[in-house]
Amino acid sequence: MFKSLLALLRRDLRLAIRHGGESLMPLLFLFAVLILVPLGVGPGPNLLSAIAPGMVWVAALLASLLALEGLFRPDLEDGTLEQWWTAPAPVGLLVTTRLFSHWLITGLPVILFAPLAAQMLYLPDHALPVLMLTLVIGTPILSLIGGLASALTLGTKRGSVLLSILIFPLVVPVLIFATGAVSAVADGLSPQAHLGLLTSLLILAVVLAPLATTAALKLNVE
Amino acid sequence: MSELLLAEAVGFTRSGDLVFDPVDVRLERGKALVIAGPNGSGKTTLLRLLAGILTPACGKLERHGSLAFLGHLAAVKGDLTVRENLEFTVRFCAHPGMPVNQALARVGLAGLGLRPARALSAGQKRRVGLACLLVARREIWLLDEPYASLDDVGGELVDSLLEQHLAAGGAVALSTHQRQPRLNTDPGRLLIRPAARGGE
Repeated sequence: MFKSLLALLRRDLRLAIRHGGESLMPLLFLFAVLILVPLGVGPGPNLLSAIAPGMVWVAALLASLLALEGLFRPDLEDGTLEQWWTAPAPVGLLVTTRLFSHWLITGLPVILFAPLAAQMLYLPDHALPVLMLTLVIGTPILSLIGGLASALTLGTKRGSVLLSILIFPLVVPVLIFATGAVSAVADGLSPQAHLGLLTSLLILAVVLAPLATTAALKLNVE
Repeated sequence: MSELLLAEAVGFTRSGDLVFDPVDVRLERGKALVIAGPNGSGKTTLLRLLAGILTPACGKLERHGSLAFLGHLAAVKGDLTVRENLEFTVRFCAHPGMPVNQALARVGLAGLGLRPARALSAGQKRRVGLACLLVARREIWLLDEPYASLDDVGGELVDSLLEQHLAAGGAVALSTHQRQPRLNTDPGRLLIRPAARGGE
């Protein structure tokens, strides 16, 4: 069973590497935001350090959102998705594996480059660990919620508009608590409440999203 | 146990209507079953039900073996090479079967292993699907129109693969409306009829 999951993960990553341009999208977004926003709002350290957590998070959000259209649709169209139901592994775990590879491609690069981004935006040094922590807790939530929305909109030909409308209200809390935590630390307050709420969102998403996504995929395969 | 798959009075509903009259299906080791019926009668639906892709609306379904489903779509990733596609199947399914090179030669694709799958013709993609059946060992084969887009030689290839699979103790259910399988022992036949629709 684990061999099947590993096989799926390997193939997903191999396909992601082969579509090199698409896989670099998250990082391109991060740097586009990092370079363009200071040009727009002015390079003053005070202003930039205040909006730094929000900007890194917006980049993470956009990176995650952009890759959603390709999360299940190509598999539905070439027939590999229906094969999941004949696999030796339960579909729910295959779905979780696919979401994990989505996170590896969209979430992880943003986390790895967040320290650089924080430097470029004058984020106070003592706030960086918390920014990283919010990204580690928060980006998987984006992948999980995004996966659910993308499975739900699979039946519509051009689902991306519907997809964004579905996702936005669900990811707003993630954004609020994550940036709230970083701002709190930057202001010398404790980020614990925000981090706690963010973690509870993660737990909720980890438990419920793969189940709901599996059910939504099943509907679309039928 | 010689039964690999047993279905009793299974049916599937779309928007509340039965797609076909509920049927009994029994797949035994070394036996083939041809599912026949006019276009739109639900042959594909039945095979997808047996494969577990669809959930039956009524009846009972038991499976006692690993299963391979070959549908209308070849389930091949165009951006991977033929060989990579087959290697994925080997890892994805639990029991490896024939080595990849040997399977490619068997289905007449020797030397095409490094070609991206999207560069293949429809018939060649079908053959990759057949090679997928060979590289991972599964007992029940459910084949939806296995002869589609294959030439005569390809048709004979399917027949010989079926023969080999049955001789090894596997079971096959297939749907077809063109060529009938020519096997040493006559396959069973199951005719499915579209269910009478109420209100029309």
